[in-house]
Amino acid sequence: MSWFASPAEVVERLGAVGYLTDTATATTAFLAGALEKPLLVEGPAGVGKTELAKAVTAATGAELVRLQCYEGLDEARALYEWNYRKQLLRIQATQVERVDDAGHGGAVGDAWQQTHDDIFAEEFLLTRPLLSAIRREEPTVLLIDEVDKTDVEVEGLLLEVLSDFQVTIPELGTITATRRPFVVLTSNATRELSEAVKRRCLYLHLDYPDADREREIVLSQVPALEERIATQLVATIGRLRELELKKAPSIAESVDWARTLVALEIRELDDKAVDDTLGVVLKHASDHERAVRELRLRR
Amino acid sequence: MSQSSSRSSGQPARESGLLDRHLSFLKALRSAGLAVSLAEDLDAVQALTALPWGHRATVREAYAATLVKRQVQRPIFDALFDLYFPRMVGAGTGGAVADDDAATLDAGSEGESRPEVRDNAEALQAMRDRLSEALARDDVEQLARLAAEMVDRFGAMPGRGPGLSSWSAYTALQRVAPQELTDRLVAALVAQGDARDEEAAERTAGRRIEALTQQVQDDARRRIAEEKGPDHVADVALRPSIDRLDFTSARRADLEQMRREIYPLARRLATRLTKEQHARGRGPLDFRRTVRASMSTGGVPLTTHHRPKRPHRTELVVLCDVSGSVASFAQFTLLLVFALREQFQKVRAFTFIDHVHEVSHHFRPGADVVDVMADLAASTAQAALWGRTNYGRAFAKFAEEHADALGPKSSLLVLGDARSNYSDLHEGVLRDLASSARHAWWLNPEHRRHWGTGDSAAPAYGAIVPMVECRNLTQLGEFVHELAR
Repeated sequence: MSWFASPAEVVERLGAVGYLTDTATATTAFLAGALEKPLLVEGPAGVGKTELAKAVTAATGAELVRLQCYEGLDEARALYEWNYRKQLLRIQATQVERVDDAGHGGAVGDAWQQTHDDIFAEEFLLTRPLLSAIRREEPTVLLIDEVDKTDVEVEGLLLEVLSDFQVTIPELGTITATRRPFVVLTSNATRELSEAVKRRCLYLHLDYPDADREREIVLSQVPALEERIATQLVATIGRLRELELKKAPSIAESVDWARTLVALEIRELDDKAVDDTLGVVLKHASDHERAVRELRLRR
Repeated sequence: MSQSSSRSSGQPARESGLLDRHLSFLKALRSAGLAVSLAEDLDAVQALTALPWGHRATVREAYAATLVKRQVQRPIFDALFDLYFPRMVGAGTGGAVADDDAATLDAGSEGESRPEVRDNAEALQAMRDRLSEALARDDVEQLARLAAEMVDRFGAMPGRGPGLSSWSAYTALQRVAPQELTDRLVAALVAQGDARDEEAAERTAGRRIEALTQQVQDDARRRIAEEKGPDHVADVALRPSIDRLDFTSARRADLEQMRREIYPLARRLATRLTKEQHARGRGPLDFRRTVRASMSTGGVPLTTHHRPKRPHRTELVVLCDVSGSVASFAQFTLLLVFALREQFQKVRAFTFIDHVHEVSHHFRPGADVVDVMADLAASTAQAALWGRTNYGRAFAKFAEEHADALGPKSSLLVLGDARSNYSDLHEGVLRDLASSARHAWWLNPEHRRHWGTGDSAAPAYGAIVPMVECRNLTQLGEFVHELAR
């Protein structure tokens, strides 16, 4: 099965589940499906990187497998782990059996070989997100979230998965994907990923949308908002992004702001309304002061 | 599989010259500093075979997704893409329209731009009227068309022979002068009710005219590329990406963009430093814990335990030249150093031209960048008595007034181009300063080949304090990283 038939279809189907795309996003998402290559999405926080993976999942009826990255993430959390408690139980059980069988005279060496083969079987394998995504028979979207938070060693771990969609387990052999998942990696660019990872991925930089698209997004997320206020809101957000702020407001914050305005039943986004609700959008005191000054909210 | 598909698509492409175009595009990208590997090359070809070729925007994004893996390189990529896969051919009015961007040429504009009507006062007036109308409506397609027409009509530079004619964005922009349309545009915007107030209208107008100027420049480049081949233009007309742009040759818009890069850069550096400190974090042996732990293994110390390593933090003293030629460089370095203040024990900053003035108090934690820059600019006046850079005098004054800033734990950082107007260099004072600090460095924003030319005292000072070339954000980031670890 291919994921999408054309970039136009991506726009249509993601739009149907409430994710509005531009040309770049649609084309790249289509290519990720058509070439079966992982998609690396970079951009500031809150522009909908993770949402893209969720939207693809919803649009194609696939299932989402998510690996949230953090500092100290290791193989045992990302790939697989042997269930050693169960293995211990198994060994103890075998010992009990052997004591029972001792009277009948069984070969001890055989028993050990038997146990060894038993305890490294699939039954004792705990699959973690990467391995479970590869082993699934149904369509799967694998989301590797905030990959820049991991240590460099984990990137090495990802290489085999990303290029060949296979995982090698020494005791079991190589497990290859029967059906390649749609892989999305997201990154806030707090550090440069290695060239090796980047080379294997398609790259998409998501940025703040233009005013028209942002208005559509806000309206689709908060239908209760009046169109006129939405236009004012998007214009104000656009102006805020032009200022040199520590953290420019993202789409997520526009949507939050829209929800706030609806909840407070504000019907006109004038200077006072902006001033009162600015805390929803700007999260630094110095940004707040700058905005008040530049927009001349308190005359 | 990838090879076979690229081969099958390569056969017809070779005949049409498409493959050659693709390869020379890649070559241009590589020489512009993008590391495009063979694997990415094959990916690009594969992506193009999977896509419909009908839309130029789709092709552009396919190339971008497979070849450009860092966002700072995107402007270079876009410029090169426009050169190698131009939007249209020639003036674009003869029906030779290459793509959808300008596909809908209405009959009206085709009639107006008859080739025989060249540059005259009447045409100029008509052009300006149409421009201000299109700018007021923010009609993107019409503006793109007008930009092309501007270059075609007002920017042509007829040559003496075939192949010598050229196009000049500068001439076109001088002639039409879109900046003069600002007032009309502001009035139109206010009348339309698009803007909240006059100030907002002015901002919008400025932005649109800036975009138009950019379009005219791009179009002139496209026309030149058509005449002389894209390779020629790619070599000469492209600016480096913002992190490789020289501080000294940056324009005002570039400086603003660089300033926006400072905080992300500081955040990346901080992450990297924290990670490295964790990775190196094996302190001295904790004897007691090791022996205690060895009890469980019968007295054999199988695993050793260590004390956590105490990260040593440098005290930093920054002494920077803020005279006109290197002011922006000094500001960037100060901003970056103060953005990373958690990585240092203490930072003190002094500015000088011919007199020393402390500016540490401007960098309050959480302060607003723009305010800090404004304060710094205002305090520049206090760093000058006569206004001519004099390094020797500045060092002497520093040693006299602020010698207590330097101690055995502190590092001295001098920023400047070492151009001291042939005055007394006071090398002895600098030597004393350097020896009283733990480390000392000199960052010079000039290219190494200019050191020692003219009034540059770089070799003299470089013999006392190790001098490092630091021309762009990448070099600055690398240096500060080394400094903080």
